[in-house]
Amino acid sequence: MKHLLSASDLSRDDAVLVLDTAKQLAAATAQGVGKLPPLRGRTVVNLFYEDSTRTRISFEAAAKRLSADVINFSAKGSSVSKGESLKDTALTLEAMGADAVVIRHPSSGAPHRLATAGWISGGVVNAGDGTHEHPTQALLDAYTLRAHLRNGEGDLQGAKVAIVGDVLHSRVARSNAQLLQTLGASVRLVAPPTLMPFGVDTWGCEVSYDLDDSLNDVDAVMMLRVQRERMNAAYFPTAHEYSSRYGLNATRMNKMPSHAIVMHPGPMNRGMEISADVADSSRSVIVEQVANGVSVRMAVLYLILGGTEMS
Amino acid sequence: MTTYVIKDVAILGGAESDIKIADGVIAAIGSGLTGDVVVNGKGCVALPGLVDLHTHLREPGREDAETVLSGSQAAAMGGFTSVHAMANTNPVADTAGVVEQVWRLGQQVNLVDVRPVGAVTVGLEGTALAELGAMAESAAAVRVFSDDGKCVHDSVMMRRALEYVKAFDGVVAQHAQEPRLTEGAQMNEGVISGKLGLTGWPAVAEEAIIARDVLLAEHVGSRLHVCHLSTAGSVDIIRWAKARGINVTAEVTPHHLYFTDDVVETYNPVFKVNPPLRTRADVEAVRAGLADGTIDIVATDHAPHPAEDKDCEWAAAAFGMTGLESALAIVNDTMVKPGLLTWAQVADRMSIAPAHIGRVLDQGQPLEVGSPAHIVVFNPNIDIEVDPTRTVSASRNTPYAGYVLPGKVVATFYRGRPTVLDGALA
Repeated sequence: MKHLLSASDLSRDDAVLVLDTAKQLAAATAQGVGKLPPLRGRTVVNLFYEDSTRTRISFEAAAKRLSADVINFSAKGSSVSKGESLKDTALTLEAMGADAVVIRHPSSGAPHRLATAGWISGGVVNAGDGTHEHPTQALLDAYTLRAHLRNGEGDLQGAKVAIVGDVLHSRVARSNAQLLQTLGASVRLVAPPTLMPFGVDTWGCEVSYDLDDSLNDVDAVMMLRVQRERMNAAYFPTAHEYSSRYGLNATRMNKMPSHAIVMHPGPMNRGMEISADVADSSRSVIVEQVANGVSVRMAVLYLILGGTEMS
Repeated sequence: MTTYVIKDVAILGGAESDIKIADGVIAAIGSGLTGDVVVNGKGCVALPGLVDLHTHLREPGREDAETVLSGSQAAAMGGFTSVHAMANTNPVADTAGVVEQVWRLGQQVNLVDVRPVGAVTVGLEGTALAELGAMAESAAAVRVFSDDGKCVHDSVMMRRALEYVKAFDGVVAQHAQEPRLTEGAQMNEGVISGKLGLTGWPAVAEEAIIARDVLLAEHVGSRLHVCHLSTAGSVDIIRWAKARGINVTAEVTPHHLYFTDDVVETYNPVFKVNPPLRTRADVEAVRAGLADGTIDIVATDHAPHPAEDKDCEWAAAAFGMTGLESALAIVNDTMVKPGLLTWAQVADRMSIAPAHIGRVLDQGQPLEVGSPAHIVVFNPNIDIEVDPTRTVSASRNTPYAGYVLPGKVVATFYRGRPTVLDGALA
């Protein structure tokens, strides 16, 4: 694995390898041995063009636990805010000897461009690009699903997951729709028609406009963040109407099978797409997702920088 | 004065013949002709010099991307003897002064007829009519008016422009793009845009404007030209309008004949263009429309950009691609080789019809004795791999880099004088 740009880069076996590697790294970390050595002397750059404290911290923790040197490069207060191009920033990072670049960028395809334009030689990890993809989020979601539904083993064959909300603008939805299907799960996308992407019928997912009808047979519900500014663009009439039609509240949660879990990539709009009692309920694995994020990102960095064999 | 003979060339793809050029005109057509300079036309076709109704020469304002000189050279290399220089320069070509400046630069360079296009509205802002009459009466004698790059989206403004230019036989060339439906648009709205997470540019945003405009043109009895038509629905609307007797013409670009939107999966901004590359069904429809005459002409929308505006991430990149030097090879590949157009029809779509739409008086003339000697000699049987570093345009943003294209312009004659000989600038 040279780069991780899209969930579609991963075969079923690749994805299972990442999850298995993450599980081993999580176990090793849990044993309290402190930092693991495999990336000692390697440099990981976190190149963040969007404010994303949680994802940046997660990648930073992952790299540091593997003993990598970490450089955080954020767009604000840097040469980027002075108008430096992505190319020139990339050339600078290359000159500084970056072995891997973790990039978060508001423009869809920027990580792809960074990896293929010939600007840098190191690996590139997509940490979220525009409305395109967020593959490590999908991996951590798959890890979390596997832990709850498949006892932390193998793939997600036969599992059923509903992804609910602003699919149109969601990189989390795009990556999950691909990865979960790669792992054998079936995916149901639930959103108002205005927030469904054009061509969603080609994604292999079931598509529903009705949340109430979409809950009684699922193993997990993944709620997507809805940006309040979408309201001004007529995607839906009001936040209240959105919440009443597509928000997950306790009444709806009770329609889910008893084993089914509630997920959210964060940050949440409590009271909008998810009610506080659902977010804080015992079926919510939202905090667990955050913890798993570090393990999965360790695995991705390890596999991109350290090879495929665990020592 | 030097005389030229093109030997054994297939005139409009027909029988081989010699063409003798003297004193700026075609002096003789026949066999065994002699002249001071001989061009071997064996295996080549001769067409009237090509006329581009849609070229961005970038001067004044963006001389780092293209100049009247470099753009004229690129045009000559592509077999063109006339180009229409679009108005979205800086300053905008919305006054007699600016169009005369561009026209004079063209005269000085003297490689092609540079016909300035005048802006429809002041500063391309869509709010006040530019001085269309002054531009028409200027030395540049503007006949084509366009806010290209932007749509004249206000219905009243479009109506008035269509009406006003009737006084001097002008035509409004519309960049059909409903602005609200295309806010932030990055590529064709379809399966690929949904997958790539790039904001879509839906076909309806083009088709809705074209539908409105043909009805406006019918209502006020005016001449309308539709720029860079790109969708199957647009072809249907133009076909309907023509059947109804509406005075509308339409163009398609070489790149909309050639590419589909799946090339955007590379996120390589060289494929970022407005209107965007469309689907296979759209490509098939515009080819069929060009073949049956629904679409009147091929126009390049040659849009040079400096390297930094393309060597970046997709959203930061400029829209547009160069096209003058590759246009004829693309038409050969997409239309002639599949049997959709004969060479005589290519002469119509790329010379005769565009000259007529633009009212370019001595261009697009038949290849016969006495005609002004605007001639392109094209070898359709040589495969050339496109190397952007070897293009003549000042910019390198050809989308065909690394593609092998069929055909090469061997010679171009402009007013009886070679601008290209042996495939190089003369």
